[in-house]
Amino acid sequence: MRSEIIFIIAGMALVTFATRYSCVALFRQTGMPDWLERWLKHIPPAILTALIVPALVMPTGQIDISLNNHYLLAGLVAALAAYKTRNIVTTLTLGLGTMLALRFWG
Amino acid sequence: MLTKKTVAESNYTLEKLDFWQGVISSGPILLGIIPFGITCGVMGLTAGLTPLETVMMSFLVFAGASQFIAITMLGAGITGWSVIVFTTLLVNLRHMLMGASLAQYMVKLSTYRQALLSFLLTDEAYAVTISRIYQQGYSAAHHFGVSISLYLTWALSTIVGVLVGSYIPDPLAWGLDFAMPATFLVLLLPQITDRISLVVCIAAGLIAVTGALYLPGKWYMIAATLGAVLIGGLMEGAKANAK
Repeated sequence: MRSEIIFIIAGMALVTFATRYSCVALFRQTGMPDWLERWLKHIPPAILTALIVPALVMPTGQIDISLNNHYLLAGLVAALAAYKTRNIVTTLTLGLGTMLALRFWG
Repeated sequence: MLTKKTVAESNYTLEKLDFWQGVISSGPILLGIIPFGITCGVMGLTAGLTPLETVMMSFLVFAGASQFIAITMLGAGITGWSVIVFTTLLVNLRHMLMGASLAQYMVKLSTYRQALLSFLLTDEAYAVTISRIYQQGYSAAHHFGVSISLYLTWALSTIVGVLVGSYIPDPLAWGLDFAMPATFLVLLLPQITDRISLVVCIAAGLIAVTGALYLPGKWYMIAATLGAVLIGGLMEGAKANAK
């Protein structure tokens, strides 16, 4: 165990707990104010999109919209599966299946 | 007539039943957690973390998305404490909303139980717990049953990933890292419910790609999140004013 990694894990654990506990401690009497909810409710879709799009469109760090980009092709299959089924196992199976097929036979 | 002792015993039996109902109702989600946790273990090793560091992160942080981001950053050579911890904070800010919505039900619990259930709070635990509240009302035992089974499954599948990962020379060459965006897609799509959330996602995607090209490290995520949230909040405000 390297000390800088221990500090990073401890910091992550601390701020994660802080986000999970702070509102339980703060809003347990009053409930979340509407004006705050209006801003915070967009964070999950924004973060998820910011994770997905670069991973699929620029897997090597450069924008690659072509048939050579296996991440983009498998991503389209996974997006369709996720949209149709909303099921994580089906989506992972079809998406990873496409990815492995492209890797070995593409 | 019930004595104090039999009342206590029947409460205990009820709590045990609620606990196991919670464990069972988390079952379908566990199926999705296991491959995710295994991937987390594999990716930790691939990014250059030791098996112990990878598993410790799952036990102490217990936040899938931010663990993946932190591991990805470490793998890319970004070891700045503040960047990783601040990104973790931003990624997990959504838990404040879930905590706020559960807070009114948890008010009667002891501080220790509140803290424990908060430590174990995840998107999945929140989803199962809130649907139980709508159906049968709140039960701390049920809440704990859901949360602890998700926690143990996440931690154990990370251990499995660490063990299996050491037998795979380079899991990323297989494209296994693709499991991450694929999983996020399943989490994201149900959240796109109206025009505003669609605009938020499009804005986040555009800012993320532009930021990834021109910003250092993983700061594109923070830029995309803050930018998209600002647009979404302003659109909500315009909609509220128009009414």
